[in-house]
Amino acid sequence: MKFRAKIVDTACLNNFTRVSNMIAKLAKTCTLRISPDKLNFILLDKVANGGVSMWCELEQENFFNEFQMEGISEENNEIYIELTPENLSRALKTAQNARALKVKLTNKHFPCLTISIELLSISSSSRTVTHDIPIKVIPRKLWKDLQEPTVPESDVSIYLPVLKTMKSVVEKMKNISNHLIIEANLNGELNLKIETELVCVTTHFKDLGSPPLASESPSQSRNLEEMAEVRIDIRKFLQFLAGQQVNPTKALCNIVNNRVVHFDLLHEDVSLQYFIPALS
Amino acid sequence: MPLLTQHLPGDDEQYSLVASLDNVRNLSTVLKAIHFQDHATCFATVNGIKVTVEKAKCVQANAFIQAEIFQEFKVQEESVTFRINLGVLLDCLSIFGSSPMPGTFTALRMCYQGYGHPLMLFLEEGGVVTVCKINTQEPEDTLDFDFCSTNVINKVILQSEGLREAFSELDMTSDVLQITMSPEKPYFRLSTYGNAGSAHLDYPKDSDLMEAFHCNETQVNRYKISLLKPSTKALVLSCKVSIRTDNRGFLSLQYMIRNEDGQISFVEYYCCPDEEEVSKSEP
Repeated sequence: MKFRAKIVDTACLNNFTRVSNMIAKLAKTCTLRISPDKLNFILLDKVANGGVSMWCELEQENFFNEFQMEGISEENNEIYIELTPENLSRALKTAQNARALKVKLTNKHFPCLTISIELLSISSSSRTVTHDIPIKVIPRKLWKDLQEPTVPESDVSIYLPVLKTMKSVVEKMKNISNHLIIEANLNGELNLKIETELVCVTTHFKDLGSPPLASESPSQSRNLEEMAEVRIDIRKFLQFLAGQQVNPTKALCNIVNNRVVHFDLLHEDVSLQYFIPALS
Repeated sequence: MPLLTQHLPGDDEQYSLVASLDNVRNLSTVLKAIHFQDHATCFATVNGIKVTVEKAKCVQANAFIQAEIFQEFKVQEESVTFRINLGVLLDCLSIFGSSPMPGTFTALRMCYQGYGHPLMLFLEEGGVVTVCKINTQEPEDTLDFDFCSTNVINKVILQSEGLREAFSELDMTSDVLQITMSPEKPYFRLSTYGNAGSAHLDYPKDSDLMEAFHCNETQVNRYKISLLKPSTKALVLSCKVSIRTDNRGFLSLQYMIRNEDGQISFVEYYCCPDEEEVSKSEP
């Protein structure tokens, strides 16, 4: 098992930092899957996390100038490790304006993901900062639980409005209620709703548009005005919104009535899928 | 013109109160200045809205938002009164963010059908609309401090900046704030008596910060700091403050608050003196 990779391009370095900051906001611990052409940050359906799942994918060649890996065997050419994304994000803080960044799987008394950052300096001598992030290697037999979640057939698919507006609305709603209802229809309308004994607040977004329907999808025959809804934990939703520092190029919301809401975000080099289950 | 302030004819008759505002912050800022309790009583007349908050039957804060501040303001009855949760109201009013980008405004339309009905808020920013239905409660009688300008003994008007620092650094280990107002030295003095000793802050009557000084006789009154501390919220927002005491030692603090459009609103705090001290200071 071997992994070493290097970033020398500043834009790529900043992008990678942004991704790890986002992951740090979304998950306390997560799985990193390393395969020959992809990196995945994975959080899957643990009840302790409120059943939230995350699947983040980056093409390694969009980030790394050098990338070498050897999985646990030839037929299973992959590595799964568990890490605390906060540690990665903290290590990358040093990497602003760095000349180069190296990532390596090491074993220093315990297994580590070692981040070496070569800093710019005025004098010719170079300085290097090294962070050892403790990790756990996940054995082969547990991999089957860490596969890409299947996206359930949704009742309504709709593009999300500007995330920043949604975030400020949800932040205020969180002061009043613990639960939030997201409802949307195929007519480009999405509502965020809270209801308590004291107050009902509904924010209406419209003209959002839906992606073209796949033939045979059950929403084909659906009434355009008919709302699909899920009631979710408002903190999970806010956590997801707070993780988005840049507005994505594409942001899609898929609602399976009363079961789950699935967010599908596409940034330039990163895709993020986030699932929040409905509260019973 | 923002969507919500456009007048729809005929739909107003059923409401006893209808008010529209192009910039919701002209209302929310003033209400924030009195938010030290969640229970608030609203009175609306043709002149505007008064919102009252009280604590411990010893302090009362009133925010006045004149009808002219609103782009549209209609009251069908002589007066409309209801009680509402101020914290919830403020969260709703600032639903699009409390520190928005400069140049963006949230428009508000506020409707109340009358006794037993909820207060309806329609907020709009950038084409996104939020509808809030806030349940109202039975109005409670508010305290009458019977603070009458004919009984006022001493009065000073200060520029708020002069008082801001003093209030933000009040020695909170002191139970009371003692206010001395006198036609003679020290003219206007704030004193605290805390763990680390006593502190006195004097404002000379010819200070640049002193806009008016009308003191007729020497008065020394003590007020519970815990009751006065909430008024700091109003002080921070205001440009001028008028400090008055009457013959019973009751204190009135009037804050003048200028909104983003240059209009003036008022916030008033009444506070009764600390009882022990009344008996001591009276000859």
